[in-house]
Amino acid sequence: MILNNSILNVEDLVIRYVTEDGIVEAVNGVNIKIEKGKTLGLVGETGAGKTTTALSILKLIPDPPGEVVKGNITLSDIDIMKADENKMEEIRGEVVSMIFQDPMTALNPVITVGDQISEAIYIHQNVSKKEATEKAKEMLEMVGIPGNRLGEYPHQFSGGMKQRVVIAIALSCSPKLLIADEPTTALDVTIQAQVLELMRELKKKFQMSMLMITHDLGVVVEVCDDVAIMYAGRIIEQGTLEDIFRSTKHPYTEGLFNSIPSIDDRKAKLKPIRGLMSDPYDLPKGCAFCDRCDYQMEICKTMKPEKVHFSDTHFVECHLYNKNKDFKLNNGGK
Amino acid sequence: MSQKHENENIKDIMDIKKRSQWADIWHHFKKNKAAIVGMILIALFVCLALFAPLIGDYQDDALKMNIRERLQAPNADHWFGTDEFGRDIFIRIVYGTRISLFVGIISVSIALSIGGFLGSIAGYYGGKIDNAIMRVLDVILAIPAILLAITIVAALGASIMNLMIAIGIANIPGFARVVRASILSVKDQEYIEAARAIGAKDHTIILKHVLPNSMAPIIVFSTLKVATAIMATASLSFIGLGVQPPTPEWGSMLSGGRAYIRDYMYIVLYPGLAIVLSVLSLNLIGDGLRDALDPKLK
Amino acid sequence: MLIPVMLGVTFLVFFIISLTPGDAATIILGNGATEESIKELREEMGFNDPLIVQYGNYMKDLLTGNMGTSYSTGKLVSGEIGQRFPNTFKLTFSAIFIAILISIPIGVISATKQYSIFDNTGMIFALVGISMPSFWTGIMLIIAFSLKLGWFPSSGMDGLQSLILPAFTLAIASTASITRTTRSSMLEVVRQDYINTAKAKGVSKKNVIRKHALRNALIPAITVIGLEFGILLGGAVLTETVFSWPGIGRLMVESIQRKDTPMVLGCVIVFAVAFSVVNLIVDILYAYIDPRIKANYN
Repeated sequence: MILNNSILNVEDLVIRYVTEDGIVEAVNGVNIKIEKGKTLGLVGETGAGKTTTALSILKLIPDPPGEVVKGNITLSDIDIMKADENKMEEIRGEVVSMIFQDPMTALNPVITVGDQISEAIYIHQNVSKKEATEKAKEMLEMVGIPGNRLGEYPHQFSGGMKQRVVIAIALSCSPKLLIADEPTTALDVTIQAQVLELMRELKKKFQMSMLMITHDLGVVVEVCDDVAIMYAGRIIEQGTLEDIFRSTKHPYTEGLFNSIPSIDDRKAKLKPIRGLMSDPYDLPKGCAFCDRCDYQMEICKTMKPEKVHFSDTHFVECHLYNKNKDFKLNNGGK
Repeated sequence: MSQKHENENIKDIMDIKKRSQWADIWHHFKKNKAAIVGMILIALFVCLALFAPLIGDYQDDALKMNIRERLQAPNADHWFGTDEFGRDIFIRIVYGTRISLFVGIISVSIALSIGGFLGSIAGYYGGKIDNAIMRVLDVILAIPAILLAITIVAALGASIMNLMIAIGIANIPGFARVVRASILSVKDQEYIEAARAIGAKDHTIILKHVLPNSMAPIIVFSTLKVATAIMATASLSFIGLGVQPPTPEWGSMLSGGRAYIRDYMYIVLYPGLAIVLSVLSLNLIGDGLRDALDPKLK
Repeated sequence: MLIPVMLGVTFLVFFIISLTPGDAATIILGNGATEESIKELREEMGFNDPLIVQYGNYMKDLLTGNMGTSYSTGKLVSGEIGQRFPNTFKLTFSAIFIAILISIPIGVISATKQYSIFDNTGMIFALVGISMPSFWTGIMLIIAFSLKLGWFPSSGMDGLQSLILPAFTLAIASTASITRTTRSSMLEVVRQDYINTAKAKGVSKKNVIRKHALRNALIPAITVIGLEFGILLGGAVLTETVFSWPGIGRLMVESIQRKDTPMVLGCVIVFAVAFSVVNLIVDILYAYIDPRIKANYN
């Protein structure tokens, strides 16, 4: 496969956590590809393995208990699996950056925001401390915070401002890939929109690719080009934004759509997905979603579904399409 | 739904919470080998204390001097040797266990009941009451606990009773703080609000709902404090302010044996080991409980 | 905050000491004194005044540096304490210095290599360390290093040689407990999101620990160092007794035995003041390390 055009290529990634209570297969054969300048939305509920996948790209899975069992990760032509810790330190912040979910805890409380931004610049770029500080000031202004607040500490900023600082840190060395782990979940709705807008703007400016981890389909529509739906450690449906929204294939994806209020039809009743995600210590033999699925069949209980492709971009892992690719979900293709 | 029904429902929910909480704690605790070792050792100490008369007679073996047999090295008759008055050190240590455990538990009970009472009131009512109680306790805390205990015994006179009072009082602020903190952490939980909403009285809420649910940190703290109290008992007795000779107490045995350390070190070795082992076991249990309560913090 | 607490502390101590049974005038004059002269002295010393008046007078004198005269020697209490204070200061500060020097690096390394052999051994030692009574450890060290090996003197105060054993004895428990705190707060800190943020921007492992984790982990460690200092002061009473170290701790024990009330009172007050001053320093250090606290002060 020619990788020229892709920034990130994750193949057949398997990660598990070995704990006292058993083994959790957190990521179970995931494939992800992100092209230059594109944004992939990784969507799924808590515990689906989204963050674990993201951390593995930075090689930051806590070990123990985490353990990358197999798989390949290629990031901007670098083989992450083979990279040693020194190499990874060069890559982190320079080639790939990550924004964590909660801005309230993502900043070091005892270091000024200026120092936290300039640190990355100082590490990766061949500049003096003074130049790094100067650059940090520019970054701060770029995310919409007056440069003179450089010497202030995180507790002097509001949640939204903190997330801006976190973004400034992540973008300070113009990485090729930005991983954003639910960057807006912890923020107020009005602030969410501002932060998303800022991210979209900066993404364009820096011509970055982005991996947007979220459980919010609203965010996906706002910023993503492609969407991967993750469930119990697997990507169960993937496609372009258009594919996923216009011709939904997986019952779980359909469930996600039914769980959010629709603006077109305000009278429509919300239909939450029933049940809870399977016990991660003891995943079912067949399809992991089987117990919660409205279209459950006999085969679902015993056999893992294979990938079914609908186009170059769109695939689903579901037995419903084994024989008949034209099968329609009840609300499919709304 | 009738009020009675509602009450029962809340109680059910809390029972489930309690039961699963304790089962969960035990589940984590029993995996901690060190804590289990601590449990076994403490059980052993308790057995020694309970069955001391089966090992030796208090009057004849632990107290009566026997100058002919003084300062014998450990042998088949006297496992840990004999002291400067010819008394069997092992039997004295066994009877010493009674005193240490007794003083440890009673002094902690004193501190727990008074400190717990003050802490519950401070935590539950907050505001001025809280402020007043905590300021007074700050004053007590400004004196290092062991010094306060020494001062109290110095004033009241050295006896087991005064020792327990002194150690108990010195530990009041600590217990008040722990109880207050754990009450603060559960006081605004929804089931407490629910109990208040259906008109339960303050003292009912504190005793039936708040305390049972804030029990865990208090138990951990108490375990650790029994260890400290045993240490304090020995310390005060060592400087002559606790249990007086000839009563067999570990600290006063050490104090008496000090003059003979050049040639007969076992006189101070074994009573000291008894202190270390008992304190260590309680610390192990306390640590194990704490980890079990908060497994993520190991 | 310091002044009201000190007022409270002095009053509390004054009150406790005043509970001492026995008539002070009789103690001063000895048993042979006539009733007449005892009566006269009581009047003269103000023993007949209500407690609060006596306390007021004591405080008035205390502000001018006068802590009364010793019942047993007739010397000024302040003079005696002034003479002994530097020795206790030397001992406790050496001990806390040793403790900090050993415990912080071990705590940090243990946390970064959690469950390694280093960590496990370190934690076992730490646990045993907090379970050993200082007076016993002192005796054991004397047996090993002065009686058997003859490296250090077993008692008295004569140059650096004689400081080593008592300082280490006193330091052991604090070392153990600061190590445990540093380790656990370090473990807590390295789990925080901002540590991930730092790693994600390419900070090296060493710098993540040094620049990002350590300062945050030190915040709880400093609290414990402050508290440990109080325990150290209490421990000084025992260590000074074991090593015949001429400090305030030993003075206090001797004075208690002689029923020298003004001297005991003076010693406890000096200890409490020293502890409060250390706590004040801890508060200032806090503000220095944690900008959130500094903000509260401004």
